[in-house]
Amino acid sequence: MKLLSIGFLLSCSLAAFAQTIQKDSITTIEEVVVTARLPLREIVPSQKLKGAELERLNSQSVADALRFFSGVQLKDYGGVGGIKTVDIRSMGTHHIGIFYDGIELGNAQNGQIDLGQYSLDNIGEISMYNGQKSAIFQPASDFGNAGSVYIRTRQPRFTEGKNYNLKLKAKYGSSDLFRFSTLWEQRISTAVSSSLNAEYITSSGKYKFNYRRVTPNGEVAYDTTAVRENGDVRAERVDLNINGIILRGYWNAKAYLYHSQRGIPGAIVNNVWRRGERQGDMNTFVQGRFQKDISDRFSTQWLAKYAFYRTHYVNRDTMMLPIDNRYWQQELYLSTANAYEIMRNWSASVSYDFRWNKLNADTYRFAFPTRFSHLVSLATALDLKWMKAQVSVLGSFVHDRLHPRTEFLEEVTRTNNINKFTPALFIDFPLVDKLYNDGSSATFSLRAFAKRSFRMPTFNDLYYTDLGNANLKPESALQYDFGVRFDKRYNKGLMRNFHFQADGYYNTIHDKIIAYPKGQQFRWTMLNLGKVHITGLDVMTSVSLQPMKNLLVTGRLQYTYQDARDVTDKADVFYNDQIPYIPYHSGSAIVNVAYKNWTLNYSFIYSGKRYNQQENIAYNYMQPWYTSDLSLQYDFKVCTTRMRITAEVNNVFDQKYDVILNYPMPGINGVVGFQVEL
Amino acid sequence: MKHLKYIIYLLFVAFVASSCRENDIIIYPTENNVGDKLVSNYLGLYVLNEGNMGSNKATLDYLDLSTGVYSRNIYPSRNPNLIKELGDVGNDVQIYGNSLWMVINMSHKVEVADAKTAVSRGHVDIPNCRYLAFDGGFAYVSTYVGLPNSESVLGAVYKVDTASLKVVDKCIVGYQPDELVVNKGKLYVANSGGYNGMKAIGYDNRVSVIDLKTFKVTNTIKVAPNLFRVRNDKYGRLWVSSRGDMKRIPSKLFIVENDVVVDSLDSRTDGFDFRGDSLISYSGRGAKTKFKVIDIRTMKMVNDDFLKFPTDVPIKTAYGIIIHPATGDVYVMDATNYVSSGKIYCFDKDGNYKWHTLTGDIPGHACFLMK
Repeated sequence: MKLLSIGFLLSCSLAAFAQTIQKDSITTIEEVVVTARLPLREIVPSQKLKGAELERLNSQSVADALRFFSGVQLKDYGGVGGIKTVDIRSMGTHHIGIFYDGIELGNAQNGQIDLGQYSLDNIGEISMYNGQKSAIFQPASDFGNAGSVYIRTRQPRFTEGKNYNLKLKAKYGSSDLFRFSTLWEQRISTAVSSSLNAEYITSSGKYKFNYRRVTPNGEVAYDTTAVRENGDVRAERVDLNINGIILRGYWNAKAYLYHSQRGIPGAIVNNVWRRGERQGDMNTFVQGRFQKDISDRFSTQWLAKYAFYRTHYVNRDTMMLPIDNRYWQQELYLSTANAYEIMRNWSASVSYDFRWNKLNADTYRFAFPTRFSHLVSLATALDLKWMKAQVSVLGSFVHDRLHPRTEFLEEVTRTNNINKFTPALFIDFPLVDKLYNDGSSATFSLRAFAKRSFRMPTFNDLYYTDLGNANLKPESALQYDFGVRFDKRYNKGLMRNFHFQADGYYNTIHDKIIAYPKGQQFRWTMLNLGKVHITGLDVMTSVSLQPMKNLLVTGRLQYTYQDARDVTDKADVFYNDQIPYIPYHSGSAIVNVAYKNWTLNYSFIYSGKRYNQQENIAYNYMQPWYTSDLSLQYDFKVCTTRMRITAEVNNVFDQKYDVILNYPMPGINGVVGFQVEL
Repeated sequence: MKHLKYIIYLLFVAFVASSCRENDIIIYPTENNVGDKLVSNYLGLYVLNEGNMGSNKATLDYLDLSTGVYSRNIYPSRNPNLIKELGDVGNDVQIYGNSLWMVINMSHKVEVADAKTAVSRGHVDIPNCRYLAFDGGFAYVSTYVGLPNSESVLGAVYKVDTASLKVVDKCIVGYQPDELVVNKGKLYVANSGGYNGMKAIGYDNRVSVIDLKTFKVTNTIKVAPNLFRVRNDKYGRLWVSSRGDMKRIPSKLFIVENDVVVDSLDSRTDGFDFRGDSLISYSGRGAKTKFKVIDIRTMKMVNDDFLKFPTDVPIKTAYGIIIHPATGDVYVMDATNYVSSGKIYCFDKDGNYKWHTLTGDIPGHACFLMK
């Protein structure tokens, strides 16, 4: 079964091909499964959303799509322009690595990746891994997070005799939302293709929200509806990709530009209904990737990236003190990953990453920090019939350099060198792996992993004001996971596909970085204070049914239980309380019905009760929320041109809710769209 | 296969079983009897909790001195129709006449309520308001935003008619004015320039003097960087505290008499209150918190470790102090970590611990209700 990695590439395009057919004729041709080389094989599979499934969700951004993964909590400040970040298994946003076309997105300033800024427009696949992607042939950075999300743009694919694809898409909806995007895919030669994707988004960000309270006997105490202000956004995005296939390998190059202007709507508090904060972003990066099998045993991969981010923050609220600050971030990233197959079922890899980050700002006495990170990973994978295992260790060596004029707090030392070694172990037991004569199959496996990881304090944590606190230690996470996975495929009958997976886990977070005011006003300090113990359960199941010809029903159900307790100090009033914004119960369901050219999608998201501060008391209680979204899609052809009309209704039952306290979410809203493929 | 179907059913049940949304019911106070009854002319103590910025959790607590019952968060239930409750970041509380005045900084308003019932009389819109002073039927409110100039924004003092709750005048002062006090027909305003420390302009170091007859700045007194508190003592002198520049210049305490700085004390002071001829101050954080007693006649420190905290409930972040004018009991407010319930401690006049109880988030401001 040993195949070249070109075979792996092939499998991707074949899978995509299978899907296109599936969409048109609604037969259930399954993905062609091609087993990749051992270093590329993943021991613990990821949660994935891809292709048509992704397109049918009523999602605007990558953040919206991630809500359908188990173990994920989305922090959403509301509206098209509101910040959206994810938290996997209660470990905190900073422990999550977000990878865009194979290379990690960085933000050394505050460590936050606003996933609301990443459009779903041209995304082919989103996958999420707990622990790490358990294929050893990967960059050292990929071993370094507690959880990872991989976003992959669509790979160009061409039908026979056609050298280009052109797609135009337009959407119009509530909050004066208008999106227009184009995709131009071109075959340059048999081995080289390109894709150019451009998108323009604008929205007033206005929507009605409501706050209401009643007296204990049910009379309305107050009931107020207002319009969300200063949430407007205008964004442009251009994404250029060139992909090439070489003998036993491939390469690609990518240029990305995102530019946006937005209002920051802010918290709705008593007597304040509008704020004046604005933010301008310009994010650009270029990256390249080269991968080749040098011999039957040895494979190498080289990555390079340069990113430049500019943020302009302005406060024009006349009731506040004016702020006008600019920040410039740069990142340079170089990586090499090398894998060697020692024996047919035993391989090893070594990877080295270099990363350079620089933050400049026009604020007074800025520290102008520069960070040099060297990461080295060693990993080995073993694939026996009854067990697959992978062991990795990552060495991280981080050094910060500051402007020589920077002053420090009295009790703080100047140097900040961090050297850390973090190991991980992944094991999988394929207990059942049967392929029957009639084409149906069944697999059942047990898996487990243990992993240590950490997150570096960000530049904001360390050097927020003109005073530095370089004494911060990295925040570390320790994870233990045990799970089962069951898959069954049928070739006939009502049920065509059944999938079930469940994971129980126990995580601990040490030295959690927490902001504390200095006791005097205007000054905050960051301390390594928190300790969190997390016990959780993620369950995901999906099923495909074919009740009659031309009718395909798929369902996906996901449930997450999380018990995340603050165990920092017994003397705290919040000792042993659930940490903020983590619901005990959350989940989602998707039901998709495809009949001939029609596709109807229903999705439901539930987030249970939670607390907005550390203390689990009535004053901090947040109501559960749940939303239902519907979308209808009709595909048709005019002459030979494919067209699609979509209609979406989100939050069908018009629930008024906050994900984050005092940041109201939109009620019922809708979008209509039209798409042409030339 | 069958059992797997049951798992799906089970998951559905889990969804249904998890609680659904209910109506949001207005918040009612939680009560705790501290077991300490004091009968005097002072009926009770109002405590205003700031609440973290953006959380809309400014809350009002009330200690009934005659029964010892401490009620947390009394405002929403007494004013159920007030949209989004008391507001965001409570910064000062005082009683004038029959009214309770509360400065709600980030709600850009001063809330005025009946002093006995805490039922709202209305509010005055003042942007970024900070502290209060009263004189002759008028309230004076300091604010960070008065007049924008090329570098920043100068602060101001608003003059409010206490009967009509209308702003009648405004006077521009220095940068980011905090406390203010009326002394012999003049208003003294401590300018901090606290936000300018992060700019090249630097901290403000002046006390602005406003003549109440003309409501114009007639004098400025140069004191020290980053002024914060200004209070009258019983001898008609002003005590002004500076926070210092957080680097080289430490926090200090100054005495101003007839518009002149007459004396100073090298003593870090975050907050203070008077009792007879004593000034009791707090400073520092955690185990380094200091409670000092200064004799205001001699300017000498007579005790630098006045209050004895029980070891099982140590103070974390001293954030406010108020002394019972009749009994001499000392109340200390603890903001803990600023994002969870604070504490209020009570000590007798000799500094012995009496009790403590939980408050709202960030207690820092309090005033007594008299008969």
